[in-house]
Amino acid sequence: MESLEALVAHIQGLSGSPEERAHLHGLLKQADGDSLRAHAAALVPFLAQLSPAAHSLGYLYLLEACVTSGANLSEFGGGDFLVTVADFLTSCSTDQIRLAPDKFLNVCRVLKDQVMQLNTPIRGIAPLRVAVRKIQASPEQLTPVHADYLLLCLLAKQYKAGLSVLEDDIFEVDQPKDLFLYCYYGGMIYIGLKKFAKALELLHNAVTAPMSSLNAIAVEAYKKYILVSLIQNGQVPSFPKYTSATAQRNLKNHAQIYVELSTCYGNGRYTELETFIESNAASFQSDNNLGLVKQVLSSMYKRNIQRLTQTYLTLSLEDIARSVQLDTPRDAEMHVLRMIEDGEIHATINQKDGMVSFHEDPEQYKSVEMVDHIDSSIQRLTALSKKLASIDENMACDPAYLLKTGRDRGGRFDYDDFDNAPHKYF
Amino acid sequence: MDVEGEVPASAAAAVANGLGGGSEASPAPFSAEQLDVEAYSSQYSGRTRLARLLFVADRCGIEAMQLEALRMAYDDIKKGEDVQLHRDVALKINGRLGPRYGLDQAWVDAVSRRAEQRKEKLENELNGYRTNLIKESIRMGYNDIGDFFYAHGQLSDAFKSYIRTRDYCTTSKHIVQMCMNVILVSIELGQFTHVTNYVSKAEQTPDSLDPIIVAKLRAAAGLANLAQKKYKVAARKFVETGIELGNNYSEVIAPQDVAVYGALCALASFDRSDLKSKVIDNINFRNFLELVPEVRELVNDFYASRYGSCLGHLEKLKANLLLDIHLHEHVETLYRDIRHKAIIQYTLPFISVDLNTMATAFMTSVSMLEKELAALITENKIQARIDSHNKILYARHADQRNTTFQRVLQTGNEFERDVKSMLLRANLLKHEYIQRTGPRKM
Repeated sequence: MESLEALVAHIQGLSGSPEERAHLHGLLKQADGDSLRAHAAALVPFLAQLSPAAHSLGYLYLLEACVTSGANLSEFGGGDFLVTVADFLTSCSTDQIRLAPDKFLNVCRVLKDQVMQLNTPIRGIAPLRVAVRKIQASPEQLTPVHADYLLLCLLAKQYKAGLSVLEDDIFEVDQPKDLFLYCYYGGMIYIGLKKFAKALELLHNAVTAPMSSLNAIAVEAYKKYILVSLIQNGQVPSFPKYTSATAQRNLKNHAQIYVELSTCYGNGRYTELETFIESNAASFQSDNNLGLVKQVLSSMYKRNIQRLTQTYLTLSLEDIARSVQLDTPRDAEMHVLRMIEDGEIHATINQKDGMVSFHEDPEQYKSVEMVDHIDSSIQRLTALSKKLASIDENMACDPAYLLKTGRDRGGRFDYDDFDNAPHKYF
Repeated sequence: MDVEGEVPASAAAAVANGLGGGSEASPAPFSAEQLDVEAYSSQYSGRTRLARLLFVADRCGIEAMQLEALRMAYDDIKKGEDVQLHRDVALKINGRLGPRYGLDQAWVDAVSRRAEQRKEKLENELNGYRTNLIKESIRMGYNDIGDFFYAHGQLSDAFKSYIRTRDYCTTSKHIVQMCMNVILVSIELGQFTHVTNYVSKAEQTPDSLDPIIVAKLRAAAGLANLAQKKYKVAARKFVETGIELGNNYSEVIAPQDVAVYGALCALASFDRSDLKSKVIDNINFRNFLELVPEVRELVNDFYASRYGSCLGHLEKLKANLLLDIHLHEHVETLYRDIRHKAIIQYTLPFISVDLNTMATAFMTSVSMLEKELAALITENKIQARIDSHNKILYARHADQRNTTFQRVLQTGNEFERDVKSMLLRANLLKHEYIQRTGPRKM
């Protein structure tokens, strides 16, 4: 066990080229452990000697020893320790830290805890965002840092900051818990930004992920899933075939009042829904869903008005008020006006006659923007198809797979084996 | 009831035209006038007559008619041997018809005693036959027991006995006889799935059947489908019923019933071409329709788009139809369907329709009509939009090009979403994901 000074000297000396770093890595691993942590307090001045960018690996080890030593971090360096950590995260070198990923994750975790303890989540956002990009092996990989980052964004109400991370599609997941947290927090961020369609996607993934036993995150995600479905589509779809059996059996039991809410919504009567919500307000509040539930309530009016556009060309405001169960034609006018402004319906209000004329969707699909949109969609989907095809090919060549299917079918091959694309899209 | 004089005359003429002989001239009960109980019940025989009389008594709400029906039922039951029914009727009459129409305990006891004796005798005979293993005798034995139970109102026992004869049937004539018995009991029990089964069984016998039997089977099948709310199939069966049916199936159904049921179901479920070919131009069914001229008028009006008079006829018939045991629960549905069809057919040829004229044609107010139209549009049965300000209905044809674009974009989005989550799930499974049960609350 070398002394600290010698260790620091090694770090400074051996951070030049990859081979040296490999050697350094070996040394550090040897030196690692509780003994290093015991000297945590003494490490701080040494950290000042090292540069986070050039000596990332060594810095990381020492830093990690400090933060996991269990000592109160606010005592370190007079409360600026957070800054040190943030600095490190921002300026460290990607290759070096990839040699010790779990230590890196520990550091990030501690940062998040510290920031939450100090009740200043916003301080953690910038460093963690950089950290996410650095630790990811590919843009499609999910790391624990994602979930922490999204949590901080939510707490700091910086929803837009979360968007940059959410826009990447995730295809690789190591830890299931990360996925659930990611989907749940991501869904909440999209809800905050009122992008209900994307929120629905993420929550749907959380609800339908394979799980052998129920977890609380999935239950909470399911509750929000019901509410967002009602707002976006007016109904809650039933579980698709690929949902795990555990989820199908148990989720509804844990979200009983939400299921009742959705049946009440389906009946289409505003006053009933309102009374139901009021009587259960306490339980909605305890789940922190009351705001969302109120949005469900107002979405009911919207849905009823939208149904009217399908049936009528013009309709008087009194008739609208009557069929949507509003109190006065003035209310009806306000609702319709708001919906026109939000672009949810196409109509004009004639105040003199008290009539609303509904129009068809003016989109003619002839503009340049529309062509661009379609074109980019096509390209995106073609890329996705290719990816799907390649994954399928890989799996078909996998020896374990061939062994299993070969055994089942006795080695015969039918025409179906040569057909790759999903039939649904024909 | 002073209209009695008129109705039989015209109906008798109609019957002479169509049926040409057969049993007594039965006046058409399904006319607009109030139901003549006696004429109505004279069309039927056996247990269905009793059932119908009792049903009319329960539902009609007019004291005079009720008492008339109960009186006739009482007399008929006295001629039979069903003790339980006797008790029921006596209870219902409740002394209103005088002392002669009360519970006759002496008669009840006598009949019960006779029944016991006969039952013992039949059972002994049957046991005898069973030990002798003569198929034909066993079959006849079971048949007799079945008939006995039927006469005494023990329908499920009768059913079981008839079913038992199946194993001992040797010729197709036996099979047909068994099927007819079973069908009869099942109809009364209300078990219409059995009816359908046995009708198909009877129709599948290798020998060709007597046309009367064929007609009976068709009528029974129609009745079963009607009860199961399969109106289109029921209509088809009824219009295919041969006129040979005549009054031969009076223990189940009268030819007027075939006409009415068939016409109503056809109006509610057939499309225009079927209506023309199978009902209006169908010579066979025309004979039935002659028996109920109002219904014939109704069908012709509907086809000729005289909806006002058609719906008027329907309204007049409604009261009497509600007294029919097989039809009463379907009257509302059938009427609603016919009305909807009329409305849809009315709007089909036009680009724009003035709601005022339409309301007078359908004898309703503009606001009611608007509500009905809105409901039909929401169910996508009419492709139109209502201009509530000017009260005009405009036909609307969806723009194919736009809808195609919309659908394409939507399919693209769904594909993307589904494939992405599928890849994610595949990845999760690939890592042989086993999820630890975490702590209860996060």
